[in-house]
Amino acid sequence: MTFAANFSLVLPEVILGLSALVLLVWGAFHGKVTPLFNGAAVLALLGAAVAAVVGPHGHAFNGVYAADAAATYAKVAIYGFSAIAVILGDRWLAVRGDQKFEFAVLVVLSALGMGVTASAGDLISLYIGVELQSLALYVLAAFRRDDAKSSEAGLKYFVLGALSSGLLLYGASLIYGFAGSTRFADIAAAGAAVAHGAHGVGLLFGLVFLLCGLAFKVSAAPFHMWTPDVYEGAPTPVVGFFAAAPKLAAMMMFARVLGDAFPDSVAQWRQILVVTALLSVFVGAFAGLAQNNLKRLWAYSSIANVGYALLGVATGGETGLHSMLLFMTLYMVDVTGFFACLQALSRDGKPMETIEDMAGLVKERPGIALAMTAFSLSALGLPPFSGFWAKFYVFGAAMGSGDVMLQWAAVLGLVGSVVAAFYYLRLIKTMWFDAPVAGVDKPQPTARAVGFAAALFSFPIVLVALIWLDPAARAAAAAFGHA
Amino acid sequence: MTGLLSLTTFAPLVGVVLLLGARALHGDNAKTDNLAKWIALATTLVTFALSVVLVAQFDAKDPGFQFVEDVSWFAGLHYRMGVDGISILFVLLTTFLLPICIIAGWKSVEKRVVEYLICFLVLETLVIGVFCALDLILFYLFFEGGLVPMFLIIGIWGGKRRVYAAYKFFLYTLLGSVLMLAAILSMISIAHTSSIPALMVFKFAPWLQTWLWLAFFASFAVKMPMWPVHTWLPDAHVEAPTAGSVILAGILLKMGGYGFLRFSLPMFPNASELFQPLVFALSAIAIVYTSLVAFRQTDIKKLIAYSSVAHMGFVTMGIFSGNAAGEQGAIFQMLSHGLISGALFLCVGVVYDRMHTREIAFYGGLTNRMPWYAAVFMLFTMGNVGLPGTSGFVGEILTMTGTYQASTWTALVAASGVIFSAVYALNLYRRVMFGEIVNPELKDITDLDKREILIFAPLIIGTLVLGVYPNLVFNLTASSVDGLVGAWRAAVGG
Repeated sequence: MTFAANFSLVLPEVILGLSALVLLVWGAFHGKVTPLFNGAAVLALLGAAVAAVVGPHGHAFNGVYAADAAATYAKVAIYGFSAIAVILGDRWLAVRGDQKFEFAVLVVLSALGMGVTASAGDLISLYIGVELQSLALYVLAAFRRDDAKSSEAGLKYFVLGALSSGLLLYGASLIYGFAGSTRFADIAAAGAAVAHGAHGVGLLFGLVFLLCGLAFKVSAAPFHMWTPDVYEGAPTPVVGFFAAAPKLAAMMMFARVLGDAFPDSVAQWRQILVVTALLSVFVGAFAGLAQNNLKRLWAYSSIANVGYALLGVATGGETGLHSMLLFMTLYMVDVTGFFACLQALSRDGKPMETIEDMAGLVKERPGIALAMTAFSLSALGLPPFSGFWAKFYVFGAAMGSGDVMLQWAAVLGLVGSVVAAFYYLRLIKTMWFDAPVAGVDKPQPTARAVGFAAALFSFPIVLVALIWLDPAARAAAAAFGHA
Repeated sequence: MTGLLSLTTFAPLVGVVLLLGARALHGDNAKTDNLAKWIALATTLVTFALSVVLVAQFDAKDPGFQFVEDVSWFAGLHYRMGVDGISILFVLLTTFLLPICIIAGWKSVEKRVVEYLICFLVLETLVIGVFCALDLILFYLFFEGGLVPMFLIIGIWGGKRRVYAAYKFFLYTLLGSVLMLAAILSMISIAHTSSIPALMVFKFAPWLQTWLWLAFFASFAVKMPMWPVHTWLPDAHVEAPTAGSVILAGILLKMGGYGFLRFSLPMFPNASELFQPLVFALSAIAIVYTSLVAFRQTDIKKLIAYSSVAHMGFVTMGIFSGNAAGEQGAIFQMLSHGLISGALFLCVGVVYDRMHTREIAFYGGLTNRMPWYAAVFMLFTMGNVGLPGTSGFVGEILTMTGTYQASTWTALVAASGVIFSAVYALNLYRRVMFGEIVNPELKDITDLDKREILIFAPLIIGTLVLGVYPNLVFNLTASSVDGLVGAWRAAVGG
């Protein structure tokens, strides 16, 4: 393959990398954040998404990099949601008179990292992607450096993130040691060569470490401890970003590592994933019951949702991947919309972050209250909201897998969703039943618009959107690994 | 005519749009509220008229589904609607009770009137959808969707402990439903179709039927509700506003019985046979135990709520008797209970609106001041007891006849429940209505006004007409029930 051909396969990431550098220089010399500057960042992200769609498919750089339909699907979603994050973050910072050009640059850089992980075909490219993404996200968490909570969130995220990167690297080195290569295709071949088609203990040992590192990145239990603190401390639009695009990227990492590098040891990794998934669902459901801060609450909600998505990954194969991709897409819209609403709201200039703050919101701000009701019901998995369809796909895949363990995991996961229903209902109850508290400011228009759009997607647009999203995700899942 | 069914189902949503429009044009004031009530009433009446057209065009000889609409959706799902002789009656019951619900809340609901009406209209669409859906997932959509409006109705316009009751209602029902969802998903993955007519003839392996039956049972038993998962119902009823109680008792509970008839019996016949003793036992316990519990209540609404559980015991018993008399009786009992218990809750609403208490001890001697009310309350109390001539009698006697053929002992126990129901119902009537007025606050209580008479009139006519000429119902259901029973007998080899 010629260099030009390789190059065309990684075009989306090249666009992002160059844009990030240009934006950095532009920002450094110009200093001020203008609509043009943010527009350029958004344009770069959208351009990369378009490049991913129209670009060719194949394996670049000797298999280190896979540009297939699944990667394209993930990248469109990741870059799209990153673009929304640039806009929302800018609005949030503008309200506080604290606009910094680094915000857009960091989002673009982290999106680049996520794109690389979604396409990784080698442990090294995987690690580079993970680190690029994570480092940018650490800084974003601490973006309000004068705010103690934000700094704390950034530091916590960084220290624990470094630990998980260590685990990931350690696992990768073990796998390299036992397989003799870092390329996924070679690892799979090495695994297949071991007697009876099962992996040797060394390879599995490495896989376990790798999975621990990845579980940390998606905040799956029992590696979820950082999530509530980071979500509480980080700026609201950053949290909305954290909960969406990086989660999808990390899910893609799971799919890549397990599907491409360890296809023969399904029986082994499925156990790990099912346990992790169920733990996440129940930790998310039970720990969420005690939360009062909405950002912490949604952190636990995201832990539970990661559990559901992992169930899709655990199912594996085309249906499992298909369900995971759709689950994440629908979830990302919901969570982005929820945090956009949260960002739009303030009372006497102070952000509204606890459940009590929302008392009687339906009287004060009916539109936003309705949108947040839609997100709560959707997260609860109530039909016909998009969250129901997300669960419909994941549990449908698990039920149809023919594996008894997965089927019981699905039943338990559904029961867990009933526990979680209590705190979503609590939010709805507070907004609808309680006496309103006056003084809610005029909502921030951009964030509100994003929230409304996401709510309308959650219901009713999703009922139509799935008609083409469903086959799109199926095509992506079917083409996974076959570039 | 194709599309008529969808039109009937979604007609209430047109009313919702009009309500929102009225609100946007006139703002949030008393004038809008008044207009909104008329819009909602007109919408429900139009929906009722549409469903009457539906019944008129229905071919009672055809045991299959009619007015079928089928549009391909995504992931192999279909928007598939249709009615047979069983479901069309529930559609009619729903559209019949809704205008009454709207009028019942005409005066008593003062806050957030537009939202209140929207909740009822959305609920109407969802409930009609439940009875018309011929796709499993579509059914689940309507079935679960109904939780939200009811949650809001109880939680916003309910009594003192409304939040507790709303949570309890929602979480109980949701837990049952998610198990059903798991069963639905596994059925779709095994049968490769979500079409209800196709699944009704699909033969699931007997061991699988057992699991699927249990999962569906979890959902429908909570919804019915059957003993021992009935405890949410008294709370929900006591706290719900009057119209909420009417719709809950009159329609929402019937979704459980309808589910048994539509899913459990035809799709899992072997499991239904296997679990017949369980259902009979639970039904018999429900009839006797909740009747005794009802006798001890001090709150009128709670008493009627427990009496509902007892009456639903007859329904489950009849459904699983597996013969035509039992099924017919169960369907009839559900319709009749929809009218009678709805009317009884309205009766409670009448005195509650005046005195703002439901304590039995507070009342006494109302016959002296409220002769019309006494007559109406008497009629429905008798209907509740199952007096011949009222619709309550037909349902009870048929379910017991059907059950007698399947299990003599169960029928015997259930028959004793009829006596218990007479005890608590007549005792209630005695304590509330007879004697002298002792409580000075009751001296100035007024009799039914025109609006209240208007609400009760259709219910009185319905109860008496069905009691005297039950064939109105049986003519519609006969062929579908015969098909159901025939398929069941063929499957279990009886």
